[in-house]
Amino acid sequence: MTASNPPLSKLCAHCKTVRAQILRPKTHERLCKTCFTTVFESEIHATITTHTLFQRGSRVAIGASGGKDSTVLASVLKTLNTRYDYGVEFVLLSIDEGITGYRDDSLETVKRNAVQYGMELCILGYRELYGWSMDEVVAQIGKKGNCTYCGVFRRQALDRGAARLGITHVVTGHNADDIAETVVMNLLRGDLPRLQRCTSIVTESASSPIARSKPLKYAYEKEIVLYAHYKQLDYFTTECIYSPEAFRGSARSLIKSLERVRPSAILDIVRSGEAFAGMVAERPGGGGGSEQSAESGGGCGSGGGGRGAGGEMADMEKELVAAEAAKGLETEILMPGKRRKGLKGQQTPKVVKEQVMGNCRKCGYLTSQEFCQACALIEGLNKNRPRRMIEVDGEEVGLNGGVEGLSLR
Amino acid sequence: MATIPITVEFSGGLELLFSNQRTHKLQIPAQDPSGNPANIGFLVSYLCDNLVEAKRKDLFVMDGTVRNGILVLINDSDWELEGEDRYELQGADNILFVSTLHGG
Ligand SMILES: [Zn+2]
Ligand SMILES: [Zn+2]
Repeated sequence: MTASNPPLSKLCAHCKTVRAQILRPKTHERLCKTCFTTVFESEIHATITTHTLFQRGSRVAIGASGGKDSTVLASVLKTLNTRYDYGVEFVLLSIDEGITGYRDDSLETVKRNAVQYGMELCILGYRELYGWSMDEVVAQIGKKGNCTYCGVFRRQALDRGAARLGITHVVTGHNADDIAETVVMNLLRGDLPRLQRCTSIVTESASSPIARSKPLKYAYEKEIVLYAHYKQLDYFTTECIYSPEAFRGSARSLIKSLERVRPSAILDIVRSGEAFAGMVAERPGGGGGSEQSAESGGGCGSGGGGRGAGGEMADMEKELVAAEAAKGLETEILMPGKRRKGLKGQQTPKVVKEQVMGNCRKCGYLTSQEFCQACALIEGLNKNRPRRMIEVDGEEVGLNGGVEGLSLR
Repeated sequence: MATIPITVEFSGGLELLFSNQRTHKLQIPAQDPSGNPANIGFLVSYLCDNLVEAKRKDLFVMDGTVRNGILVLINDSDWELEGEDRYELQGADNILFVSTLHGG
């Protein structure tokens, strides 16, 4: 830190007056804090205007977890809405999975954010929506494979929450790293339809009244964290205490390693995903909206909150084992004909099949099956409800006793 | 042995690995074991030996350096502009480690 004039090579590439403090991964530009903040906001504004994400006079829900991505999203949208007069009313929509101790603090953060950004806040619980909190789900099925429940429940929770608020558009905090990760996962799985959906900035299935969009789609995680740091945003960090989604963890490690070697790799992968998507879209039914349309695939998709954080920390081999184990559990609850997620390479990628959308016979949610995924999962859970005690990792856990017995990793 | 007074901060979930404490005021040896001026690389190994919760060290370092996905700010500047591991510590430096890996 020198107070004297820094050499020209150390100056911000934009204003050329102040010392550069950030190396942008996307462009390799060296910027000062002020220029970085401005550029970061302008790029998101450009994403919003290029894709005409918002209509004047509309209400839009921000899927808010209290984590860095959704907090930055809310903050930037507040700033841009004022600066460029979008004329949009933003509402914070939070989902409470019912994991003891996990959401308590993050919901407090969201409550503060609601005050800080002057936005209405709506909190919806899994318990209230599905009759099962995640603690109860875990007590029933164990730690492994529960991310499937969490993901399916969360996806619908945001849509149903929005519907309850009379809102037809939900924005989430998915960033470029998340999308790159999802592109890699879908490529490895050979899941072309999902590959197509995960890269689109707006996911609107013909049959669903709720549109989803990702204004941070081209924003690097590094820049999101730096933005939150420099703006001193109030966000919450915690590890999801239940098992992380193993496969996502591996993809995540890969993305982060690639970024280290070549920072543009993240955006390159996002662009590749988009190019693949273009090819898929030309096939019949490729653009069809299944109930998966909104999100990256099962599990703790990050933008909505609750990304498992332990997985990327474990070594690859452990993850593979865990994924296999989780897969074994998942197969019990998946519906007939539903493809198993997994790492085994021998599955031939199913080419897009025509999907006929209808309404879930139980809850009316749009689905291509008789019952929607959430209802199918709940059905499985309810069948086993009478069991009082179950084995979880060798420890007995009472259904009403919460998860105190579980060891945190 | 001469030491350098610095402030080390952890956020984004990393504080959980360091006694759940964000800010640490430290006196770091001015030279590494081979007699070279203490740099960030040495600081990281010092933190591993002295401060990190041993069982979860792997969440902080990998292959001898800070894990991918952890940002390092040297006096609020991106360490990538400061020479990364090779930046030589100065008295009163503030080094911030931020994890980007935790839930969004
Ligand atoms: Zn500047
Ligand atoms: Zn249903």
